[in-house]
Order: sequence, then structure tokens, then C-alpha cells
Amino acid sequence: MSKGIRDKVAILGMGCSRFGERWDMGAEELMVESFTEALGDAGIDRKQIEAAWLGSCMDEVNIGKSALPASMALRLNNIPVTRVENYCATGTEAFRGAVYAVASGACDIALAIGVEKLKDTGYGGLPGLDGGSLPPLWWPNLSAPGVFAQVASAYMSRYKVPRDVLKRALAEISAKSHANGAKNPKAHLRNAVSCDTIMASPMIAEPLGLFDCCGVSDGSAAAIVTTPEIAKSLGKHRDQMVTVKALQLALSNGSEGGYNDWDGSYIHTTRVAAQRAYAEAGIRKPRDEISMFEVHDCFSITELVTMEDLALSPDGGAIKDVMDGFYNADGKIPCQIDGGLKCFGHPIGASGIRMVYEMYLQLLGRAGERQLKNPRYGLTHNLGGFPHQNVVGISIVGRYQ
Amino acid sequence: MIGITSYGAYVPRLRLSRVAAAQANAWSNPGLMAQARGERAMANWDEDSLTMAVEAARDTLEGRASADISAVYFGSSTHPFADRQNAGVVAAALDLPESISSADLGGAQKAGTAALIAALDRVAAGRPGEALVVAAEHRRARPGSAQELQYGDAGAAFTVGSTAVIAEFLGSHSVSVDFVDHYRAAGQAFDYIWEERWLRDEAFQKWVPAAVTAALEQFGIAAGAVDHFVLAEPVAKLSALVAKRCGIADAAMSDSLLGVVGHAGAAHAPLMLASVLQKADAGQIIVLVGFGQGCDVLAFRTTAALAALPARTGVAGSLKRRREEKNYPKFLSFNETVALEKGLRGEANPQTALSAMYRNRRMLFGLVGGRCTKCGTAQFPAADICVNPSCHHQGPMQPYRFADEAAHIKTWSADWLTYTPDPPAHYGMVEFKRGGRFVADITDWDLGKVEVGQAVRMVFRVRGRDAQRGMVRYFWKAAPLAGAGEH
Repeated sequence: MSKGIRDKVAILGMGCSRFGERWDMGAEELMVESFTEALGDAGIDRKQIEAAWLGSCMDEVNIGKSALPASMALRLNNIPVTRVENYCATGTEAFRGAVYAVASGACDIALAIGVEKLKDTGYGGLPGLDGGSLPPLWWPNLSAPGVFAQVASAYMSRYKVPRDVLKRALAEISAKSHANGAKNPKAHLRNAVSCDTIMASPMIAEPLGLFDCCGVSDGSAAAIVTTPEIAKSLGKHRDQMVTVKALQLALSNGSEGGYNDWDGSYIHTTRVAAQRAYAEAGIRKPRDEISMFEVHDCFSITELVTMEDLALSPDGGAIKDVMDGFYNADGKIPCQIDGGLKCFGHPIGASGIRMVYEMYLQLLGRAGERQLKNPRYGLTHNLGGFPHQNVVGISIVGRYQ
Repeated sequence: MIGITSYGAYVPRLRLSRVAAAQANAWSNPGLMAQARGERAMANWDEDSLTMAVEAARDTLEGRASADISAVYFGSSTHPFADRQNAGVVAAALDLPESISSADLGGAQKAGTAALIAALDRVAAGRPGEALVVAAEHRRARPGSAQELQYGDAGAAFTVGSTAVIAEFLGSHSVSVDFVDHYRAAGQAFDYIWEERWLRDEAFQKWVPAAVTAALEQFGIAAGAVDHFVLAEPVAKLSALVAKRCGIADAAMSDSLLGVVGHAGAAHAPLMLASVLQKADAGQIIVLVGFGQGCDVLAFRTTAALAALPARTGVAGSLKRRREEKNYPKFLSFNETVALEKGLRGEANPQTALSAMYRNRRMLFGLVGGRCTKCGTAQFPAADICVNPSCHHQGPMQPYRFADEAAHIKTWSADWLTYTPDPPAHYGMVEFKRGGRFVADITDWDLGKVEVGQAVRMVFRVRGRDAQRGMVRYFWKAAPLAGAGEH
């Protein structure tokens, strides 16, 4: 059994661009925005970065293929830069690359940067998802809301939840994120919205309406990582150091989509990755130990089932917790305190790092108006693909102990 | 004895209300209201002559093996491909062995009967196995025309052989006459049509009855002995004129199906024959006439084996499975006679990888997946390593066809965002009772009636059309079984 990543890597600095419809900027400028903040936060020179990982997803728009756009836009020092892509879990993948590089000892300081420039398509939502030569010949024309809405049909069927009860809980989830996002100056959507408005919004994919869907945003986020020892040598105090406690990735192997077992009401890989992450971080009772978390709320239904998949709510119990305000900013475990994908926005390649950014700010007491009291562990959950075949990245970060 | 050994039919579920269509155009042509009665069969956006041929053939092959099919003949004037064999795609969708002969017959409304004659001649020549005959038509007409009300979309199919014959072949007689009542030039979308009086007086009062009389003489059948006279008249009442001139009894006139299906072109005579076979008793004489620049006259005598055929949908079952459509603009859009706004998402149009299509042809056309030789798990698509998490056996799988397997909807959504010609796009996880599942398009749905657990039947449909490159992509979809909204 490996010893895992716990406390081997510290975050030296982070940055995040303002998310939104950044008609004024391309991906290159967005990367510079987050990178500049991260570099200033780390207090190092760019030449000290020895390797970098770029996360970007949609080559149809954005920056196309390869890591060159990052190397060039950031004027990196001819260092190794690798582009990674793993659907909407791309950001966490880039973070994992940098963290693993430092943990291996292959380099002292590494950069993870994620970026997505989505608003160059001319329409809302994401471009089509069916790449390759064979999938277009047999896959339906899947849209992201259409595939995640599948979970709602299965959840209602499994737990005998009436549609209006589910819709109401989903509205509470979105309303909570809007309330949180309103307090975040970098968020894409900064308006409080009532449950009535949410439930009356136009249908996108039954039973998900417009307000059940996250923002489609431009943005970038960056993290500079090193070892706790080097961080200390660079002047970071031990009590002002955030370290990686767990970093797990789980991918479907075809069983949910091809073997008659999974019932469609949950995300199998989230459960696998969560258990591995808790073990890696030494967390036994997540509902008691996790202080706050950012989940992949691409759609409200995804957030709902993720509460259960992370073992924070019991199976079938997420609706009750949501209605009780358990995950609200003033609840027991605040979720999406920065507004989440829903309101901070979802520039795909940046999202996983953006989640870590918020946990980092909270742990350092730098979250301003939305600062939580004395958080200990923050968890991020990044999900890419479809409920039946996907990539889940989970990280747990906390103060260095 | 040689003859027909099985039959089947397919009429699409949607039926356009002629009142709705006529009313939409009456401002321009008030005369259309005279035809505003009944309904016509209307292909869904994802149906064409080829998919309807497949459904009719599946109905024909219901309850019997298809391994002894040695030839497939596909008659139509609306084959989706001019140069890619349509019959070959039908054969692939039926997962027939590749060691068969196949041919498309077209170019006239008698292509359906021509295909039947070709099959009968093949069997008569002593070739081994049975021949499958399919005829289907997806007829497009200019918006606002009378033909739009008169035409219909449908398919019929037969197997022809020398054992277990249900309708013995008594002979055929053909004439070829370049009588042009309508035509459609190559590359043209619509027919060019002359007045009905020309058709009636010159063809149906003259050379058509002459050909029928000559045929009956050749077969040695007295006109009064005909039990079922099957003539696919292009417009109503013409076959009665022929029957009268030939001395065939009124009681022998078979249902024209024009009021409920419309005229299905080259498939219409086969469709009427399939309808007659579903009702006929043993020992009855059937005379079938296919019309179109001449005519084919065929005669059959039903046998006792007819009653022993397994139950099938046939024309009667297809007609019961219906949903009225009063939305005339939807009909135009489905037929691509008007181009509605598709939205920017509708622009996405990848090239079809012909190599990938060929490599995976049994998967894509035959809906053939695999069955693990170790744990027995059925899975789609087939793979080198078993999908069962407690097996993962590596090795070749047994081919396993899912097309006729019982299935139900496991998860679903109705998606208004993604592009489809018929929003909202319905798709979901379809699970097969005896193992296997995949995320599939759902077609022939009723809005608000799709639900988890609903039983579905897999159907071969158009997955998408690439207008830029002229490609039609086919795959299988899930159609809810006997959903609400059907009568």
C-alpha cells in the first residue's frame, strides 16, 4: 500500500481570474490573469517554475491542442509543459500532474493552470461531446443537461420521490449557490434568485430547467505547488500553509454503461474516489470532519446525488439535508461557498483548480465576505463525462499539521 | 410448389390528418378540401424507405429462422441511396449472412411487383434457400399539392420459397408500356403529374384491363374464380373499372388502403397483398397487379399453411398502432420540404468514417454485441474484455444480436438543448432483460408519457443525415411499446 500524497505537497500560491462572459479576453489573457495572481501569491519568479501542466478541454474553441499556448502566453522558461484533458475533470487533472511532479521529487516547484474560453461558440451551453469516429455513428446527440437529467429520472424512480419534491430540492440547491455567488466578486453570476423563479425557468432537459444548469463561462485558475520544506524555506509559515491531504481520480471502466447493475441514481466513480480520498487523508467520519466542500454542480441534480456519493448525506437522504439547510453558508457543512459551478461559473479546464482556490482562500482566512469560521478540511469534487461513463477527481486540502 | 412463404408489413405510426393538411393550403387551392377525408401514413423524421423495409422484413421473419435467406430484393422508387446498395443495408440490419445475393429494383411504381417476380423466378430456377422481397416507399410531394394528401409511406415484405408455401405461385404476366401519367426525373424531389382523366381513360379503361384478361387466360383462371383482386390504384375507383371490364366480382375487390395509408408507390401493391394474406382463407385465388409504365399481373392460391403462420403485426396491426398528427408544418419539416431553423447546434456535422462503419457493421447495422464465453454476460458493443466487473474474461465473444431482445427504459430525459429534427430529443439508458444496456435514442415517443421501466422495442432508424455529403447514418433506437396516445 502506497503512503499516498498526504502532506507531501504544499500550495505555494494560487490565482483565479474573474469568471464570466469575458468577451474582452481570449484564453491567453485569461491565463495571464490567474498566473499573475498565483505568482505574486507564491512570491517567486517565473523562472523558479520547473514544470507545468495545462488543463483545457474543448479544442473546438479555446486554444486548440498542445500546451504551447500556455508556455507562450506565460513566457515560461522552456520548461516541460504538458496539456491534459479529461472532460470536465480536466482542472483537477492538471493539478494532479503538478502535485505528483513535486511529490516525486522530480522538480521543486510546479505549476498547474487551467483555462477555458467557451464564449466563442455563438450559443449557450457546451459544444457537442461526441468526438472520435465511432461514437457519432451510434451515440445519441448527447447534451450535458440531457445526460445528467438521466440521474434525476433514476433517483425519482429509486427513492419514489415525486417530481415536484425533487424540483423543489433542486431549486433550493441553486438558490443557495446564487446566494453564495452574490458575495463573490470573481463569480460569473452574482444575483440572488428565488426558488419560485428557479422552478419557473424554461425547461432544458426534463426535469432540469435553465436555473438547474451551471454558468457557461470563460476563466482560468492556477496553482503553484512545492514541498512543505521548500515552502518553509521560501518564507511560508507553517500555520499559513495549505497542503494536499488527498488527491484521487476514478474512471469508469464501462460497467455502469454496459453491465446491468448500476441503477443510474448515483455516480459510481464518485463513491470510489471519495472512499480512497478519505482513506488517504485519514478521514473516518466525513460528515463530522469535512468543514466545507466544492462539488461538481454542473447541474443541481449532480450536486444532490454527490452529497450522498461523498457519504455526507445518507443514501436517499440528500433532499432532507438540502431542505434543512445543512449545506447552506450557515449550515453544518457549507457547500459551494464560492457559488460553485452554478454561479462562480464553469470554464471547464479551470474548474477543478478554481475549487481548490476557494478551499485555499478559506483555509487561509482570505475569503472576505464569505469567510467560514475556522475550517479544517476542504474537499473538491470534479466530474467529467456522463453519469454512466465518467472521470471523477477528488482532492482534500487542509492546513499543514 | 413454389410461392410466398411468409409476409409482413409496416405502416409508420404517424398519420397525417388530411383535414389539417388541406386546411393549411385551402387558401391557395380550395379544391384540396374535396380530399380532406381520413389520413395518410407519415414517416417519422428518422424513417425512410430503407428503415420501413427493415421493419416490414422483421415482421415477415417473425417467429422463423432467417439463416436460409439466400437473396434480398428491395423494390422502391425512393431508395435513400442511388449508388450504395440499399438491399445490402436491409440485409445487414436483419443480420443476414453475407453470402447472399441482393439487388435493388426501382424506376417505376411496379418495382415492388418486379422484385416479387424476380424472387419467384429465382426460386423457380431452383436456386437454394428462400428469397426475401421488400418493398417500401417514402414519398415526398410538393407542399400544397393533391399528391401530398394522396401519397403515403409504408413497406411490405415477403419470403418466397418452395417449402411451407402459404400462397402458391400460379404465374405472372407482364406488359411494359411507356405510358406516362407522372414521372420524376433523376435528381428531382417531386413528381410531375398529369390529370387523372388521362390515367383513367387511357390506362385503366384500356391496356390495364387487357393485360389482366390476358394474364387470367394464361394462368387458366376464370375471372369469376378470383377471390381477391389486388390492384394498387393510384387514385380511388380505378381498380373497380378494371375489375368490371375483366368480369371480376365486386366482392373480390380488396381494400385499397388509400383512406388510411395513402398510396405507398411501389410498396402499395405489396402492402395490399400483405393485407389480403392477413385476412384470406385457404384455397383462395389472389390476383395481384402492379402498375407503372406497364403492369405486372401475378396470381396465387392460398394454402392451408397460411393459418399456421405465427401471429404478426401485418397491415392490420400496423394500422392499429397509430398516432394522429395534425401539425402540418411538422409534416413538411420531417419531409424536408421546408427548412426550419435548426439552430447553431444543428450545424455540427462530422464526416462519416466509412472505415469505422465497415469495421463495426455488425454492431451498427445488425445491433450485434457480444456474449462472454465465460460468464455469459450479454454486452453491447462486444469487446475483447468482458464488461462484467466480477469476470473481465479476455477472449473472443459469441456474437449476440440485441435487436429482438426484450428491453426497457432504465433512465431517460427529454432534451430541448441538443439538436434533433423533432425536439425534445429523447434518449436514455436502455436495458435488456437478458443482459446488456446502452444509452440509446428513443423514438416514436409521446411527450410526457416516457417513463422509467417502460418496455421498448429496438427499431432500425436514421441516426442523422449529412446533407453536405449526402450520407444517411443508420442505427438502432428504442421505441416505447404500446405507449399511451396510441389507439
